[in-house]
Amino acid sequence: MLLIPCPDCGVRPENEFQCLGEAVTSRPEPATLDDAQWAGYIHERANRRGQHVERWWHFACCGMIFALSRDTLTHAVSANAQDAWR
Amino acid sequence: MGFGTLRLMQRYSFFTLARNALTRHQDWARAWRSPPLRPSYDVVIVGAGGHGLSTAYHLAKEHGVSNVAVIEKGWLGGGNTARNTHTIRSNYLRDVSIRFHDASVKLYEQMSAELNYNILFSQRSMIDLVQSWGKLRDLRRRSLAMALHGPTYQLISVDELRRRIPAMGDLQNVRLPPLAGVLHPEGAMARHDAVAWSYARAADARGVEIHQHTEVTGFLSDARGAVVGVETSRGVVRAGKVALATAGNTSHVIARAGLTLPLVTRNLQAFVSEPVKPIIDVIVNCPDVGLYVMQSDKGELVIGGGTDPYPSYRQGCHFATFEDVVASLIEVFPRFGALKMLRQWGGAIEFAYDASPIISATPRDGLFVSTGWYGGFKSIPIGGLTFAHLIATGRPHALAEAFTLGRFGGLRYLLEAGTVAQR
Repeated sequence: MLLIPCPDCGVRPENEFQCLGEAVTSRPEPATLDDAQWAGYIHERANRRGQHVERWWHFACCGMIFALSRDTLTHAVSANAQDAWR
Repeated sequence: MGFGTLRLMQRYSFFTLARNALTRHQDWARAWRSPPLRPSYDVVIVGAGGHGLSTAYHLAKEHGVSNVAVIEKGWLGGGNTARNTHTIRSNYLRDVSIRFHDASVKLYEQMSAELNYNILFSQRSMIDLVQSWGKLRDLRRRSLAMALHGPTYQLISVDELRRRIPAMGDLQNVRLPPLAGVLHPEGAMARHDAVAWSYARAADARGVEIHQHTEVTGFLSDARGAVVGVETSRGVVRAGKVALATAGNTSHVIARAGLTLPLVTRNLQAFVSEPVKPIIDVIVNCPDVGLYVMQSDKGELVIGGGTDPYPSYRQGCHFATFEDVVASLIEVFPRFGALKMLRQWGGAIEFAYDASPIISATPRDGLFVSTGWYGGFKSIPIGGLTFAHLIATGRPHALAEAFTLGRFGGLRYLLEAGTVAQR
């Protein structure tokens, strides 16, 4: 069971959250991209083995969606990403 | 090209078994060699799991390309080939997926004879237990789609379910009482290690070299940016073509070639009970509650469920998922509550954006990739055959034309519902 630090509610158990997957860069303007670049933005994920930043949704409580830095190999959660996101 | 066709593989038979018994089994030939790593090959395959070894075997057998090295970071068949639930089936939804996996089942049926290696193939059929009307509609659609292509996926009544699976409880206290079953007679299992070992032995006999404990740390490029070899923990190896069959870690490996793929890696766990007398002789899948269970030849119940709910390379036990699966198991099979669990494992499976496999060339010339095997044990023979065709000819095999990376550029998804137990 992971303990997820929610910016609003503090540290709460994992089953109150849903992981929304890897956080990607902000949405580019489609008109400025060619098809390959747009397809890349939609589909491609770094899928890192190690530290990565992902989005979590505190659906069972405050409803906040925030970014969290987590290690995909050890599952260690480091909260440093959430401040930047807020 | 290879000297391999000159090698004689020691055949396994009753006669060789009896003869080696006389010498206390001290004189068996090695199943494959461990030759020194050479500086160059026609093809380097990264990953000596089922898919990598099957690809090497089919390159040598179908295309005469035997100057091949299969390079493996760990040991042969020690990745996802050893971390699955050895189920073989073809009950998929999309036309291309059904044809592809049906061909794979047919290759599995012949594998023991073709490779002279008993893979303990047991075609015992698979039964889906349907517990919601939505799932019933979904599976009936798959049943009709499959009827167009050959493999059987047939609706059966609850009475027939009880007759075929007497180990189930009385189903009175089940939260979602079964509405029907769907029978897939082609459903089978096989010994996973034997699949890797049989392909390794047969590929080796055709001249392929297998190099274990050799990690690929980077890729060599020429002036045009084409991949012309790999850097490994044992030195540089040049290659005409490099093919990745690194299930679970493909994003990690291909990042060293500067590429990003539409993949996510997750943990899929399974566990086995203590061995018991034969009690269940089919593979049971309960897609509504996320559970599948079968009995291995050793008598252990092999139990699995859905994937963990977030990206993971940990290959461990996500306890909430484990608890979910066990709760579902006890509900449908109350008597299994008395069993102790013996071991648990997790496999790092990777799935593509549309949950269909990727067998494709990449934006870098000379680099090919076979990935997205969201439950790839069943696809080992056909995955290797079609990947070998792509590597040798540069064109996708007729069965795998839809599985290239190009489909994402045109948003031509192959959204697949037939992968690992969906909830």
